[in-house]
Amino acid sequence: MPIKASDNDPEKARRFREAALPYLDDAFTLARYLLRNADDAEDAVQECYLRAFRHFDSYRGPAMKPWLFAILRNVCRAEYARRATAPTSAIEDAPESAKQTPLWRETQETPEAQLQRRWDSDTIRRLVAALAEPFRETFVLREIQNLSYREIADVAEVPVGTVMSRLARARAMLRSAWLAEEEQSK
Amino acid sequence: MTCDEAEILLHALIDGELDAGHAREVESHIAGCPRCAAALRDYREMSKAIAEAGAGYTAPAALRRRIEAALPQPRQAPNRRAVLRGFAMGSAVSALAATGLIAIVLRHDDFERIQSEVVSAHLRSLQAGHLTDVVSTDQHTVKPWFNGKLDVSPPVIDLTTQGFTLIGGRLDYIDARAIGAVVYRRRQHVINLFVSQTSSTERRPAKVETIQGFNIRHWSDRGLNYWAVSDLARDELADFGERFESAIRGAG
Repeated sequence: MPIKASDNDPEKARRFREAALPYLDDAFTLARYLLRNADDAEDAVQECYLRAFRHFDSYRGPAMKPWLFAILRNVCRAEYARRATAPTSAIEDAPESAKQTPLWRETQETPEAQLQRRWDSDTIRRLVAALAEPFRETFVLREIQNLSYREIADVAEVPVGTVMSRLARARAMLRSAWLAEEEQSK
Repeated sequence: MTCDEAEILLHALIDGELDAGHAREVESHIAGCPRCAAALRDYREMSKAIAEAGAGYTAPAALRRRIEAALPQPRQAPNRRAVLRGFAMGSAVSALAATGLIAIVLRHDDFERIQSEVVSAHLRSLQAGHLTDVVSTDQHTVKPWFNGKLDVSPPVIDLTTQGFTLIGGRLDYIDARAIGAVVYRRRQHVINLFVSQTSSTERRPAKVETIQGFNIRHWSDRGLNYWAVSDLARDELADFGERFESAIRGAG
């Protein structure tokens, strides 16, 4: 990796720390959801911060959080590519998605059944983690990270219209899964 | 509005991404459609449950340490202080006075830098097709949109009757900080009004400057810093600022 003179600049490092480190938990959360594995998420976040530091000289906005996320997302995509070529693919490891029964029922059904239960964070994490990739990404950026549609579009490199349709589908799938869980727990 | 449209747009309604006109359309569809109404209710319930339960993760302390360790560490004696020390020792000026002098110089530099960042932000807003995050001519839509996005609540004032049309709001970034921009239009000219917090509550009267062909009217009032930027003529921009200020005084 090329090392620029400014990479050893403590003043730059101080500004970077102040601007970027407050988002460490957010970055880790996004990586956890994208990669569905804590160790890979740690590696991805570390790589993201090092890349972000190298490019910090050219940072002119947008807001720091979406800027970091766009970098992080690229790191995660590289990890997907590595997994795809790895002999034993880790991506199928997520055990919860296998056990998920029934799989998504689409929105046509059970509009009358109202969501009754409060879910704990483990249940929410499990249901979100079981969403398919582009929907999971959009959902996490909106619902957990509170990004605007415009910011999500920039991070995911898709038009705002795509963000809207992915979000609609993600929420519909999650709602069905949620209703199914309630059904089971009765 | 059909259910298919409403199924997409009701999410934008939940997320506060719709302008007042579309929001009313979605709401009137929902009022007559139990199926969409149930969906909306469930989605709101879900968002609330997620916000309350907290579905985020905390980064492990070891990860934080690894990242910290990979960044250059602060030096014991920063350059600026070394310069200062030499300066204070080599002259009759006390170290204290020298510190004050440097502080003033830095603050002035800061000010220049922020002015030019304000102009860059204005230019960016015109180029990127990203003039507004929330599009609305209604101040009661634009103002609440900023809630929770900033540590200040920028005053949003409708000056349409005075010839400056409110067209929306946007989050922007100045001096590595999120800042609110309220966007107005006069004829073909866009005015970005940037609003940020300041520690001083004293009122600073307006100054109009010209940078890179843009006029900037800067003033401070009640703990807020304002920069109005536009390619409008100097006197028209000054007129905008005066009307804005007098509307605020009228409102408060």
